Amino acid sequence: MEANTRSIGRLPAAFLTPGSSSFMDFLGTHQPDLLPGNRQLPPLKGAVEAPHGTTIVAASFPGGVVLAGDRRATMGNVIAQRDIEKVFPADEYSAVGIAGTAGLAVEMVKLFQLELEHFEKVEGVQLSLEGKANRLSTMIRSNLGMAMQGLAVVPLFAGWDVDRNKGRIFSYDVTGGRSEEHGFAATGSGSVFARGALKKLFRENLTEDQTTTLVVQALYDAADDDSATGGPDLARRIYPIVTVITDEGFRKLTDAQCAEVVRAIHERRLQEPDGPRAALL
Amino acid sequence: MSTPFYVSPQQAMADRAEYARKGIARGRSVVVLQYTDGVLFVAENPSRALHKVSEIYDRIAFAAVGKYNEFENLRIGGVRYADLRGYTYDRDDVTARGLANVYAQTLGTIFSSAAEKPYEVELIVAEVGPGPEDDQIYRLPHDGSIVDEHGSVAVGGNADQISSYLDQRHRDGMTLAEALKLAVESLTRDNNGGERTLTAEQLEVAVLDRTRPQQRKFKRLLGRQLSRLLEGHATDVSVDESEEAAPGPGADEAPGAS
Repeated sequence: MEANTRSIGRLPAAFLTPGSSSFMDFLGTHQPDLLPGNRQLPPLKGAVEAPHGTTIVAASFPGGVVLAGDRRATMGNVIAQRDIEKVFPADEYSAVGIAGTAGLAVEMVKLFQLELEHFEKVEGVQLSLEGKANRLSTMIRSNLGMAMQGLAVVPLFAGWDVDRNKGRIFSYDVTGGRSEEHGFAATGSGSVFARGALKKLFRENLTEDQTTTLVVQALYDAADDDSATGGPDLARRIYPIVTVITDEGFRKLTDAQCAEVVRAIHERRLQEPDGPRAALL
Repeated sequence: MSTPFYVSPQQAMADRAEYARKGIARGRSVVVLQYTDGVLFVAENPSRALHKVSEIYDRIAFAAVGKYNEFENLRIGGVRYADLRGYTYDRDDVTARGLANVYAQTLGTIFSSAAEKPYEVELIVAEVGPGPEDDQIYRLPHDGSIVDEHGSVAVGGNADQISSYLDQRHRDGMTLAEALKLAVESLTRDNNGGERTLTAEQLEVAVLDRTRPQQRKFKRLLGRQLSRLLEGHATDVSVDESEEAAPGPGADEAPGAS
């Protein structure tokens, strides 16, 4: 039957055919042109110029996990957007932060959110955290053709594992390769600097408040050394997006809460521009 | 070869309608009521896994009676329809009216097609709006007609009796606990005027709660929270204050939504 969601008529046969609980599978059989992976790119001469998102960091603490991102999108040496959001809830117990081609990444997140929601509504239960992480892998892999042409999307996925009762972090490469990170992780152009900061400041027994301070410190250091990563914009009151996932679910810090963390760090940096110092031994 | 007997179209339709109605009447009823903060769904259903009430989309839920495999099929079709429509356009473009129309067309085509047996189902599609006057409740009988309902509605075995009981007692502005009490009372009255008791374990209860901070307004009421509400202790407790929040409901923002 004809693929028709635009006008009102009888549900096409594909809608009533028993099948998988995956929205992507349904799209693949019913309207494959809507799947981002099926898009054909015309032959290109050079790299495509499109806004890129930069740095995402994550760190876990005993009661959960924190995922945060800066707000800058760059296109070459130009700042394309100062207040882009790159960290999104994936569902009640997980979040995804994206670095890479912003337009494709946001589309991927939208489809990923829908994939998890669709499964949950059809089956009546949530996917396991591992299942969600694997699903994201598949989506990145389907973008490989574009990644080869410079339009890569590299997310960081974090969530509360309700079966194991702990926060977990997964990082990805452009081919969809997935690896679980322990303690902390970073992705994007500023990630080398962010990871250095995380490595020096991370402890196993941090509280939630300490962990949010930790990730903002790491973003501050990334912005300090990477021109594509935006530091906290105190003049325009644009602060990093910081999200916390615990056994109570996903929560995003309000602007006021973020401002408080950012201002405290900024005050200290006025005295010590390189940030807190770790012990030598 | 013998000529088939002539059956008038009226008779054929009447037979099909009777067949569907009998199937539906075998099942227990589902009631749907408006209350101050949204729409309440109550069904007698001892199963924890096979639901009669389900979430379709952000503000839309579905309730059904009749043959399980048939309404489950329609439910999944509805979820696919809603998710695809929201993905193609915007989450705001998914409406109960649109979904009810699609269900009506589907049921109507099946009912009047001689090649298929009529579905033995009766559905309710409800959407919670910003205020009580914006709530929408549609009842869809087996033949594909649509009835726009207000206040309260019942479908299933004793629907007529329960509906009239609800009509007399339901009023606007009921609290959740009041509405739940009324819904359970209506379900416990059987044909002969006798009363049974229904415990929390025998009930499937869900709400579309407009006050939920999440984008998805559907929530199941389970376990202790349901028992407390049934006992009438928690008249003013908002649905979300429960410590046993159902797993699920999600994201308070989508990248495309802002």
